[in-house]
Amino acid sequence: MTEPITLQQDETFVLNVGPQHPATHGVLRVKMTMDGEYIYNAETVLGYIHRMHEKMAENRTYPQYMPNMGRLDYLSAMSFNHGYALVVERACNIEVPERAEYIRVITVELNRIASHLVWLGAYVLDLGGFTPLMYCFDDREQILDLLEAVTGSRLTYCYFRFGGLYNDIDDDFITGTRAFIKRMRKELKMYAKLVTGNIILMKRLKGHGPVDQNMCQRYGATGPVARGSGINYDVRRNEPYSVYPEFDFEVPVYGEGDSYARYLVRMEEMEQSLRIIEQALDKLPDGPVNPKKKPKLIKPPPGDYYAAVETARGNFGIRMVSDGGKNAYRLKLRSPTYSNMHLFDEACRGMLIADALAFMGSLDLVIPEMDR
Amino acid sequence: MSLTLFNVILAVFIAICFVGANAAYLVWCERKGAGLFQRRPGPMENGPWGLLQPPVDGVKLMTKQLLIPGGVDKAIFMVAPVLAMFPALISFVTIPFSDNIVAHPIDVGVLMIFAFAALGGMSLLVAGWGSRNKYSMISSVRAVSQTVAYEIPLMITTITIVMISGSLNLSDIVQTQLGGFWSWNIWPLQKQVGFNLLMPVSFLILFVCSVAETNRAPFDLGEAESELVAGFHTEYSSMGFGLFFMGEYANIVIGACLTVILFLGGWACPVGDLGFFPFTHHVGWFLLKIYLIIFVFIWIRWTFPRTTIYGLLNLSWKYLIPISLFNLLLTAGLLKVF
Repeated sequence: MTEPITLQQDETFVLNVGPQHPATHGVLRVKMTMDGEYIYNAETVLGYIHRMHEKMAENRTYPQYMPNMGRLDYLSAMSFNHGYALVVERACNIEVPERAEYIRVITVELNRIASHLVWLGAYVLDLGGFTPLMYCFDDREQILDLLEAVTGSRLTYCYFRFGGLYNDIDDDFITGTRAFIKRMRKELKMYAKLVTGNIILMKRLKGHGPVDQNMCQRYGATGPVARGSGINYDVRRNEPYSVYPEFDFEVPVYGEGDSYARYLVRMEEMEQSLRIIEQALDKLPDGPVNPKKKPKLIKPPPGDYYAAVETARGNFGIRMVSDGGKNAYRLKLRSPTYSNMHLFDEACRGMLIADALAFMGSLDLVIPEMDR
Repeated sequence: MSLTLFNVILAVFIAICFVGANAAYLVWCERKGAGLFQRRPGPMENGPWGLLQPPVDGVKLMTKQLLIPGGVDKAIFMVAPVLAMFPALISFVTIPFSDNIVAHPIDVGVLMIFAFAALGGMSLLVAGWGSRNKYSMISSVRAVSQTVAYEIPLMITTITIVMISGSLNLSDIVQTQLGGFWSWNIWPLQKQVGFNLLMPVSFLILFVCSVAETNRAPFDLGEAESELVAGFHTEYSSMGFGLFFMGEYANIVIGACLTVILFLGGWACPVGDLGFFPFTHHVGWFLLKIYLIIFVFIWIRWTFPRTTIYGLLNLSWKYLIPISLFNLLLTAGLLKVF
């Protein structure tokens, strides 16, 4: 592999990667100070699509702000819906019917698989393999069709309501989801053969992009990035919300901290999500999906509220301060990619540009969520 | 020799047509092949099965503006695409498609192909340097170190074959392997190759090298689009880009031709002389073989992720060169014995 070399500061040039670059998957910009193909220093520049989502929360009523949640992380919009619904429900003490909780879990986990599929395709594309992208999008299409039939949208979902859901699922959705689980299990085996076992992929990922536990803790990295570094933390299990405690699932953890560990964590998470969906479909209770008693006007009592969910990329926390009015006094979003991305500056020093971009892909960045 | 000169000019003309048609329709094949591997139909809009896509693409490329960015080295910038295209064209002059279809069977055909292949490597360097773009620069440095690294095992392997057939003339090299697949150079159990069991390995080395020489995936580090945007042709538009593209496909055809001629018996029928079958030695076999090789190129491209530059150079310097050198010595010894 690469020999350790001494990088010289007086022989560098600046390579401007982004904001329009194929590997940054959005408008992230990285100013790389390079010594040949080695990175001497890297500086990420954010804010190209900053849309003031936090400020918007102060100017909109609580239900009006719900659609914004689909526009943060466009790949796992459902989890963000869930986070916001949770914090408002906690603030207003709204009871959620059990059926709604189960459907929430099913849709969130379907969305998580869709998100990981996009990551897998885009990641292998970063590494130069084009074909898995098409397979992943083909599989993701099935999920999008299922969710479209229920929620009405394919990407920026606004499905959750305070205390329940926009509408109930039907039999088509249930049979479709069961068929998808069956299909996806087969596809995952195919990915294991086509992608995971590929020698070029292994050589490019194993031992590259090391992130240790200490670094994760310093930057506040969560999700698959932290779990790839041996930190056994998943909000769904460690700070249970919704009906997650009723399901039997594992949290994959790998201690190596390299890109391959993060890769494996995500691949196994897809399997675990399938398990959760299967159990949820089996246990799905009858009943309404919206509570009988619900305040007409959402006006949380003054106070400071917090809720966290596990999105496809890690811990998404919302801290909401209410002054008793129709709008939030302040809403702080703690999004996972923002913390995960900041590892990059420190970890990529001394890497080759090809490895650095492979490393960036393994962090699974979604730029709109980071810039907010 | 005016007749020879006329022959060469005619041959170059035919070669241009052949290369042009190949480049255009190999792009179509590539896209259809990609579709085949990716659960999608590929180009379907223009003509039946998208068969009119290549001419439409050609017209599009030719009618676009050739943009020359400010600050580039104009002369070098303009000469690079030409330099990418013409060595490939010239190389076709010496390729024997059949025992009587060859433009000019010069006695140092192998040498000539390598000389012009090296010139093709120059075009990448010149394009990267002339573009005044950091991505292009990195890409051209990569591409040249790659070309140098892979030319060595390629040549050593070819020298092995030259020793076996005792000629640098490509037609003569094929002449020694006429017959069924058991008399091709890839088949180890024959007196001709000195019962050298490493012949298939040798073929593999040549194949890998020709993939790397043509900058194809998984060795397409020169144009690694996820790292270097488009590599050395980032700044090229219109036919400047088009020529690079055609040059790439022409080089693929050359690589496949060389592989077929050196190891797979050129225009010989794979099952030898059947007696009742008239096409024992026919250009059809040659074309069939090169397109099979090209299909494998496409197959590989749409299956594997890209290697890194150090992985690529390590593969060449640490494995391919020593193995091919060893094989050269072994073949020399075995030929002496048998």
